[in-house]
Amino acid sequence: MRRILSMALLALLTAQAFADTQRSRLLATGAVTTVEGNAGGGIVPMAVIAGYGAREEVGGTAFISRVKVPDYDLVSAGGAWGWRNRLEVSLADQRLEHPTLSAALGVTDQTIRQSVAGIKLRLAGDILYTAYPQVSLGLNYKKNHDFLIPSAAGALRDSDTEAYVAASKVYLGGFFGYNLLLNGVARYTRANQTGLVGFGGDRNDKREWLGEASAGVFYNRHWLIGAEYRQKPDNLSFASEDDWHTAFIAWFPNKTIAVTAAYVDLGEVATLADQDGWYLSVQGSF
Amino acid sequence: MRTLLFLMALLMLGCSATPTSSLYQKLGGAQGVDAIVYELIVNIARDERVIDRFKGVDIERFRTGLVNYICSVSGGGCEYTGESMQVVHAGHQYTDTEFNAIVDNLIKAMDRRNVPTRTQNSLLARLAPDYQNVVYQ
Ligand code: HEM
Repeated sequence: MRRILSMALLALLTAQAFADTQRSRLLATGAVTTVEGNAGGGIVPMAVIAGYGAREEVGGTAFISRVKVPDYDLVSAGGAWGWRNRLEVSLADQRLEHPTLSAALGVTDQTIRQSVAGIKLRLAGDILYTAYPQVSLGLNYKKNHDFLIPSAAGALRDSDTEAYVAASKVYLGGFFGYNLLLNGVARYTRANQTGLVGFGGDRNDKREWLGEASAGVFYNRHWLIGAEYRQKPDNLSFASEDDWHTAFIAWFPNKTIAVTAAYVDLGEVATLADQDGWYLSVQGSF
Repeated sequence: MRTLLFLMALLMLGCSATPTSSLYQKLGGAQGVDAIVYELIVNIARDERVIDRFKGVDIERFRTGLVNYICSVSGGGCEYTGESMQVVHAGHQYTDTEFNAIVDNLIKAMDRRNVPTRTQNSLLARLAPDYQNVVYQ
């Protein structure tokens, strides 16, 4: 048994050493994966391209994440592929459990499923090596597969495409000698609760620009501590939608795995107040 | 009380007498930088991504050039006398992969020499702008 274990460990280490020379961007520069499948934080994307491929390489990621707040439970899983540190293609599948809401509405169905397909193009810059930030443009196509409750809430569409521009930079030694990550996003969207409650609504059916930001400090190459903010629209008269906040810690032991834990505050979600809880995510990179 | 004041004065004197140490000193001075560059070259020699680029290079010259360069950018008081980073690397079309590989090898070299995170960051911050002068030139 011990021999099998040590052999497996050796195989893993060799595989990792091999993989490390095939994917040359530095540790953590692939970031982690948002619940929507884009490379970034937990809820706010970044300009980085998924995986560790440099400009002559390719790479990819797979992830699974869970968000647990008093009345909702979201599981999201998916993957992304990065081409030459230029283009990212991603897919995510989300399953939201909402027992309290179903009970209140008197419906038996307790799940909303949504799929997100994303592309992201790096337009300019390098998160580490240029004086200006890395800037990328992203598109997410979202399809809500359980539109009954969203439509009852006043949402007008079950699918939509949104766009975002992200600018990200690591300032080497920028925070009292520690590396500082700053990231800002402008998103053009009409998604209610990121699309889980459909798109557009009785109050507003036009896309609008919303702001998002994240910041973090690397304690060393392996540990990033930070926070995120995501502005939300208000398209439905049925319920007001609060902005989202997280405070997170991410661990990058190597270029194969990353683990993120966070405290999340989603505010009021579909009439249910005080939705704060935790987030846990595991990402594999290849 | 008077002893306390005296002690405080002594402490303050001690503080002002210590010069704020340069990055070069934090890297361990001449000895430290030598050792980091040595480890870096060992790492480069083992790295299939870049080793072919150093075939036929005068490694002793490369070593002294690099030691001098790091000394000059870290406030060690050396004057780097080689050609500019742009001129040294021009015409080779060094790739983004290769640049990352060199930085990775430097970080591993500093790890090996137990250089603290913040000191590493500080050196990397001074070398990062060279990206523009090295990659695809
Ligand atoms: C932060 C990045 C880099 C820095 C600071 C740097 C610095 C230097 C320095 C100081 C020299 C010595 C110049 C002299 O005095 O003769 C040198 C030479 C050299 N560098 Fe770089 N370099 C970097 C990246 C790279 C990369 C990515 C490659 C490609 C793999 C590379 C390949 C070489 C080679 C082959 C030489 C020897 C040139 C010769 O003597 O013919 N360097 N570099």
